[in-house]
Amino acid sequence: MALKTETFILNAGPQHPSTHGVFRMRLTLDGEVIQDVEPVFGYLHRGIEKLAEGLTYPQDIVFTDRLDYLASMTNNQAYVVAVEKLAGIQAPERAEYLRVIMAELMRISSHLMAVGFLLNDLGAFLTPLLYMYREREKILDLFDMVCGQRLTYNYMRIGGVSQDIPEEFIPALKKYIDSLPGFINEYEQLLATNEIVLIRTKNVGILTKESAINYSAAGPVLRGSGVKWDIRKADPYSVYERFKFEVPVGSVGDIYDRYRVRIEEMHQSIAIIRQAMEQLPQGEIQAKIPKVLRPPKGEAYGHIEGPKGELGFYLVSDGSTNPYRLHVRPPSLINLTALKELLVGVKIADAMAIFGSIDICVGEVDR
Amino acid sequence: MTTALAATEIAAKLEAALPGSVVESNGNTVVVKDVQLFRAASYLKTTAGLDFNYLNYLTATDYQTHFELIYDLISIEHNHHIILKTRLTDREKATVASVVSLWRGADFQEREIYDLFGINFPEHPNLKRIFLWDGFQGYPLRKDFKH
Amino acid sequence: MSILGRNVLPLTVHASVLAPDWPWGFWSHMIIFVVIVMAFVILMAMGFIWFERRVISRYQIRIGPNRIGPFGLLQPVADVIKILIKEDIVPLNVDKIIHLLAPAVAIIPAIMVFAVIPFSNGASLVDLNIGILYIVAISSISIVGQVMAGWGSNNKYALISAMRVIAQVVSYEIPLALSIIGVVLFAGTLSMNGIVQQQSIPFILLQPLGFIIYFLASLAEVNRTPFDLLEAEGEIVAGYNIEYSGFKFALFYLTEYTEAIAISTIITTLYLAGWKGPFLPPVLWFLIKVFAVFTLIIWVRATLPRLRIDQVMGFAWKFLLPLAFINLLITGVQVVAWPDLSQWVIVAVNIVLSAVLIVAFSRMFRTKGDKVEA
Repeated sequence: MALKTETFILNAGPQHPSTHGVFRMRLTLDGEVIQDVEPVFGYLHRGIEKLAEGLTYPQDIVFTDRLDYLASMTNNQAYVVAVEKLAGIQAPERAEYLRVIMAELMRISSHLMAVGFLLNDLGAFLTPLLYMYREREKILDLFDMVCGQRLTYNYMRIGGVSQDIPEEFIPALKKYIDSLPGFINEYEQLLATNEIVLIRTKNVGILTKESAINYSAAGPVLRGSGVKWDIRKADPYSVYERFKFEVPVGSVGDIYDRYRVRIEEMHQSIAIIRQAMEQLPQGEIQAKIPKVLRPPKGEAYGHIEGPKGELGFYLVSDGSTNPYRLHVRPPSLINLTALKELLVGVKIADAMAIFGSIDICVGEVDR
Repeated sequence: MTTALAATEIAAKLEAALPGSVVESNGNTVVVKDVQLFRAASYLKTTAGLDFNYLNYLTATDYQTHFELIYDLISIEHNHHIILKTRLTDREKATVASVVSLWRGADFQEREIYDLFGINFPEHPNLKRIFLWDGFQGYPLRKDFKH
Repeated sequence: MSILGRNVLPLTVHASVLAPDWPWGFWSHMIIFVVIVMAFVILMAMGFIWFERRVISRYQIRIGPNRIGPFGLLQPVADVIKILIKEDIVPLNVDKIIHLLAPAVAIIPAIMVFAVIPFSNGASLVDLNIGILYIVAISSISIVGQVMAGWGSNNKYALISAMRVIAQVVSYEIPLALSIIGVVLFAGTLSMNGIVQQQSIPFILLQPLGFIIYFLASLAEVNRTPFDLLEAEGEIVAGYNIEYSGFKFALFYLTEYTEAIAISTIITTLYLAGWKGPFLPPVLWFLIKVFAVFTLIIWVRATLPRLRIDQVMGFAWKFLLPLAFINLLITGVQVVAWPDLSQWVIVAVNIVLSAVLIVAFSRMFRTKGDKVEA
């Protein structure tokens, strides 16, 4: 006897423990299996692109902190890189090195969160997450030392950084960087040898190489699918050409590969910070820029490799003090395009894990 | 280093394949006619040697006299990029072909442009407002938008 | 009656009550013990809530509740007061009767399990001669309450939770019961007190494999991590109790901990020689062992992620069930073939056999973790 069944619609979100903020997925379910998914955005839409048009170029730096609030430093950097490109400003070398150190610390911090939340979505009742928080806390302390802020740094300035690092920063950073690989390896041993973690992540949520490219995926999602594409290598900005580091890539494109890529990237970031600390030159931290910045008419696109993927700012100047148009290339939003393909046909439990492995920040998705 | 391909060369190729499609080209930017946009895009994607298989981002700007759509195309194999633009002068019925069938990454970005600029993409599979609610009046990123 | 040359008691249910010479005999005993059992359950549940929160904080490098009372001991009291003065919300479209009855149906069987638990030698509400059978029968009725809650709440999350719980509990009931039979074969009795009295060495040593199967299956029975699909927070938010608040929610919460206490006490009785132990009074030994087992459960919860529903089912049918059958077979052979052999020889044989079997079986389920090329 064939039972008559019907699908039903489940609203996961906007308030849901696994949606990492106010994000909603409209799931069409056949029992536990997902038949269709429609992401619904906009609960955190603040119109930053519109607001930015009403403020001057330096004032807009503050908005970038509020995009991906787990990686404010890299947002700052992407924006100032774009403005510098637009206005033809070159930041002093010391400032560039400081930016690299901050950006890589931010990347470690963001990846720690991504891995921690992924495991939380797998159901590991907070424990891995809190260990990740412990390590992130030390990074926040370092940022606090540099710019007096722990979440919204507003540290990068057009043509430099807001202030030089204090004396005690480099020793503290050195101490932290020396201890970090041990911690990462320790967590890694606990997690990557855990049979339940493996069975939940391996061969689940596979995004093929072709799909990843077609979906414009970026960052760990793209590299997890085996595409060796990292803006730091492909189109080096700042002083990244001077550092030796690898671009880790996955082979299958499943949750596990994305997770592994993030872990490896943390090791690479540590290597970059080490080199940057050694090479850190003395000198100015701020280029001479006019008091009132009026970039010449034109447009520019500045991009960097953010923790979640390529983060870019497209700016159009009409010669005034305010940007005529500011557009963010939000890696979180664009990575989510692949969500539907990944989720259809899997069970609810996997859906949450896949969603966690994409690692989004709703502040950046909705802007 | 991602090489920016010379727009004049690309423009010449495009002009050869699709006569009358190119409006202007300078630097790394090729501007094509809006009606030819889809054909130009698919030419850039499929032609060997160009292989622009990665749509980096897609956005629009309101220049008051016209809308400009910007397609930043990248070829991952060759590590080169080009900016494809098109201009829409009809503000009331701004319409352009959707490129979702070429690059599915354009899905949410076209919806965003529809939502905030009011530009239509008729072939888009699911063209709905993305950030704002359905009953929202106006298109905020247009320069003539009033709160 | 004799089976295979061994004397077996005829299977009639009889409850032996300990103190018939008390005033009013039977009834006074009943009343006193009902009060003791209820007090035990409630106090232990509150104690366990406090204990779990404190212990799990240690795993999670934080301190846990430590503000109310000494060491935060009064935290559960504050929680209870808070939860009881909350508004009792009944959503509009719920099935009112089922919604109302569900918490009661869930908690009553959970508490009834304690009727046959011996806290000390013979100190139980009733010493049923079929004690363990009674426990197996009663303990799964709680699930009906959870299914009722899931169905009656008219909520999709709750409904998914209800579907999951039926599938899961039915599957795990089988290895659970099979692993208990191993103990019963060695003890030669179904009475809980009798089983404890039979343990000159704890049955965990005689039945290591059975212990592991029982432990895992009972984790699944009471929906603790890694089998907590029923209320998988990250997926279906809170599961069956999503539409409950106030006192009804408190009952579900209590059910959960009562069940956790129940499996801790059952494991203590079946495998850890219950109240037996040197020097200390039996009740204290009993409590120490219960807390030890519960700590193990907390440890599992603090460490492991959750399985997916099909993996949970696969684990029951492909891993636990064959092992439970093999364990039963081995135990049966040992009981029949070597009835007079020193138990320590059987201990050695069984530990080796269990290790071999578990390693062999887990090989079949291995997922290889490989490195990403740098």
